[in-house]
Amino acid sequence: MLELKNISFEVENEKEILKNVNLTIEKGKFIAITGPNGGGKSTLARIISGVIKPTRGKITFCGEDITDLSITERAKKGISFGFQQPIRFKGITVHDLINIAKGEDLSALDASHYLSEVGLCAKDYIHRELNDKLSGGEIKRIEIATIIARDTALSIFDEPEAGIDLWSFNHLIDVFMKLHQSKEKSIVIISHQERILDVADEIIAMVDGAIIIRGAKESVLPELLHCENPENCAYCHDIVEA
Amino acid sequence: MNDIAKKLLKDVTGLEEMPKGAYNIRENSKTVVRQSSENIEIVGKEDKSGIDIIVKPNTKSESVFIPALVSCSGVHDLVYNDFFIGENADITIIAGCGVSTGDSCDGSEHNGIHRFFLGKNSRVRYVEKHIGEGTGTGKRVIDPVTEVEQEENSYMEMETTQIKGVDSTRRFTKAKLKDGATLVIKEKLMTHGDQFAESKFEVDMDGEDSSVNLISRSVARDYSRQTFISKINGNTRCIGHSECDAIIMDHGVVSAIPEITANSLDATLIHEAAIGKIAGDQMIKLMTLGLTEGEAEAKIIDGFLN
Repeated sequence: MLELKNISFEVENEKEILKNVNLTIEKGKFIAITGPNGGGKSTLARIISGVIKPTRGKITFCGEDITDLSITERAKKGISFGFQQPIRFKGITVHDLINIAKGEDLSALDASHYLSEVGLCAKDYIHRELNDKLSGGEIKRIEIATIIARDTALSIFDEPEAGIDLWSFNHLIDVFMKLHQSKEKSIVIISHQERILDVADEIIAMVDGAIIIRGAKESVLPELLHCENPENCAYCHDIVEA
Repeated sequence: MNDIAKKLLKDVTGLEEMPKGAYNIRENSKTVVRQSSENIEIVGKEDKSGIDIIVKPNTKSESVFIPALVSCSGVHDLVYNDFFIGENADITIIAGCGVSTGDSCDGSEHNGIHRFFLGKNSRVRYVEKHIGEGTGTGKRVIDPVTEVEQEENSYMEMETTQIKGVDSTRRFTKAKLKDGATLVIKEKLMTHGDQFAESKFEVDMDGEDSSVNLISRSVARDYSRQTFISKINGNTRCIGHSECDAIIMDHGVVSAIPEITANSLDATLIHEAAIGKIAGDQMIKLMTLGLTEGEAEAKIIDGFLN
């Protein structure tokens, strides 16, 4: 479904943020990307969604080269991207945003369905503005609801658990598991949460702009979480230094 | 009423035919149709151009329409309208002005001087829309003056909207509030071309537990300029808040000038202002949902001015 070939991203006078990343995501897969801060995870997600352009490399989606396509064109082809820090809008309501995501004018009742999916009491939120009166956890769940409403071939979530309380987090796992029931659609979640890593089909670990481990959770998780020699471990060494 | 006036009437008030109840429709400096209701009497002034709108005490859930239309160029209209709202009344006033100068190079102007006298415990919702139309170079000018005097525990909500079309406007709103009176003003404004708009508010909170909330949302496009001046005096225990949110585009210029004065230790006054271009992240977010850049921009502005 998605193939990244030799993707690099560098900013002038700064270090190379992504280094020759090669990645294939098959249809129906649930992939979790993890790794220390600054490892390039969010940059990778933004490159896939078109928010930033790679310095080098090629991106293929459903057999089509999308490297030069805009954000809008990629969205229309079936790529969704849930922001790590959702954006707030004065005057635009939750209902408006769900309509935009869905691409049609839904009734309040139909739009409410997506809020219920993420554990929000729809009647309390559907008419609210997406302004700074919403808490971090509330707007995060609304962000996830818009991605569910889009129902695209590929959904990318950047740290969806950030700002969400523990009680809601349990529900969130169910939301992702439900999304994963479709064998036609793929999910990529950037996360540090063990429980998300635990339910993914495969885990990718990124360090210093490169993918250093990829594999089934059975093989990767023990290596990630029970590292016997952190000082010599590519994943753990900067945590130890810190 | 000609077709231009009928279209202006619809744009300003939403009316396609005469409403039930009280109304006064003014076209090109003259009243063309007027009707009073059992509870709302509309009387023409004898000493100058304009009307008195007298609402009986305890009138509930009634509306009165008083649009002014200028359907040709070369008109310089000045009107004085006074509203006397009886105690415990609860009404809606649909006002506003539409100015069309067609393809003429002559301008037209409408200046409405409105005075409101709200009786004790009365409630008024005042909705005013300014519309400007025309393809010629004639300037469309609307300079409204509004004076409000609120008795104890009265409530007034003003919603004013002016989206494009009006070349120059200077709005001056002045209010005096007694004990427990509340004034809420919501202003929506969009200017383009080389238009100019100034909104000036001057509110005296003289009564204990009175409050005012001024909310302005505006968009300045092209080379247009806007000035928002909010002067709030808290003279006793009261709460005052003014908020100016503006989006600037192209070469648009917006100034927000607050002057809040607490003449009492118990006055709580706040002014907030945020002026800037559309945030890049907002555009990106909507584009990731499938909107083009133009669609995203339009959606952000529509929502902002909604």
